[in-house]
Amino acid sequence: MTFLQATILVFVGAGGTCVVATRDPLRQAMVASLFGILLGILFFVLQAPDVALSEIVVGAVALPLMILLSLAKIRGGDR
Amino acid sequence: MTIRVRRVVFLIGVGLLAVMLARSVGALPHFGAYRGPYGDVVSRASVSERHITDVVTAVNFDFRGFDTLGEEFIFFAAVLGVALILRPQTDEGVGHVIDCATGRAVPPTSDAVRVLGLGLTPPTVLFGIYVVVHGHLTPGGGFQGGVILATGVLLIYLAGEFDDLHGLYSDSALERAEAVGAAGFIGLGLLGVIAGSVFLDNVLPLGRTGSVFSAGMVPLINLSVGLEIAAGLVLLLTTFLRQTIVLRRIESPARRP
Amino acid sequence: MNLLPFGVALWLFVVGLYGIVTSRNLLHQIISLSVVQASTYVLLLAVGYRTGGAAPVFADIPTSRATVDPIVQALTLTDVVVGATVSALLLAVAVQIHKRTGTLDPENLRRRPES
Repeated sequence: MTFLQATILVFVGAGGTCVVATRDPLRQAMVASLFGILLGILFFVLQAPDVALSEIVVGAVALPLMILLSLAKIRGGDR
Repeated sequence: MTIRVRRVVFLIGVGLLAVMLARSVGALPHFGAYRGPYGDVVSRASVSERHITDVVTAVNFDFRGFDTLGEEFIFFAAVLGVALILRPQTDEGVGHVIDCATGRAVPPTSDAVRVLGLGLTPPTVLFGIYVVVHGHLTPGGGFQGGVILATGVLLIYLAGEFDDLHGLYSDSALERAEAVGAAGFIGLGLLGVIAGSVFLDNVLPLGRTGSVFSAGMVPLINLSVGLEIAAGLVLLLTTFLRQTIVLRRIESPARRP
Repeated sequence: MNLLPFGVALWLFVVGLYGIVTSRNLLHQIISLSVVQASTYVLLLAVGYRTGGAAPVFADIPTSRATVDPIVQALTLTDVVVGATVSALLLAVAVQIHKRTGTLDPENLRRRPES
């Protein structure tokens, strides 16, 4: 295993811990987006470009977007 | 049970689970010592038998296309579920279309965002179409390209207002596009049955390796999957956006416009 | 160092599960579920990795080159997109729960009678 792979794996583990440790959903959405990018880099380093492309587009853009939209509805309320 | 008790029970359970998983991981082959024959057989067969250079797309849409059909319909069912759950209720009505922010007035969209959105939308849509069409040559395919196309539509909303998407969500064009994409996959599979072979068999001519018009049915399946994923995601986005921006709770259903 | 990828997958699974069990907010639970899903992706790709292998795309390398396993990549690829959409379904349910009961706390949902 190369040094790059080991570093990215440790970052992914720490990133997952940070996502769970952030209790406020608004901040957690941003941390989840960063976690998605870290996962994309890990998949790229593990020689999986298709999966990396998929994870970056979905985990860093689409999923935090839907979380933010749900939050906007919940916090904006039914004014 | 209280939270404290639940936490203790969870920690005991996950401790046992971690011990079992660690023992089973110790029996796996070492990291990097992949020796299974199936992957190598598929890699070699992909270029020689199917003229596809991206082996992952070959596995997804040709060798194991039936599993991808199932996954695509999980996606279809999830979008259906969201549209069903967030449909307008009896005590909600169409209100004034305003962007909401808690406690302050929303400033108009700045010119920088407008220019950036205008400039970025055509390259994003073009890139999404490129990724979908070249799925069997380079990394890409229907799933990734469909999501990129959906983000292109999202840029239109970010640079403008929700009303700019009115042409998309008002007359069920998105639902029809998604249905055409989902039915296209099944239709292409039935092409194999009509030609006398099995369901989802690759019966179109295979062409020359490396050109866009190669690999038989796989580019067509890529196109239909890309259409369905893009339409489904845009449908998801407009459903959530309409919940947030348009629908308001009204006191009595009698006042519904 | 051989155990690091599998250890990271196991750690993500346990941490995500802990987040789900001890959460006081439905949205936090749903995002922790996505962390659990990420642990399965890491495990699948770690199992299929071959040292010195190239990416399984033969557009510019000779077909005799050894590559990593493409099967697990195909599994993970569709799962990423579909998993995010199922999370969107869960988010829609959470929005409806908030509209009907006014709370996002899973503890209070049980004791509140249906309004």
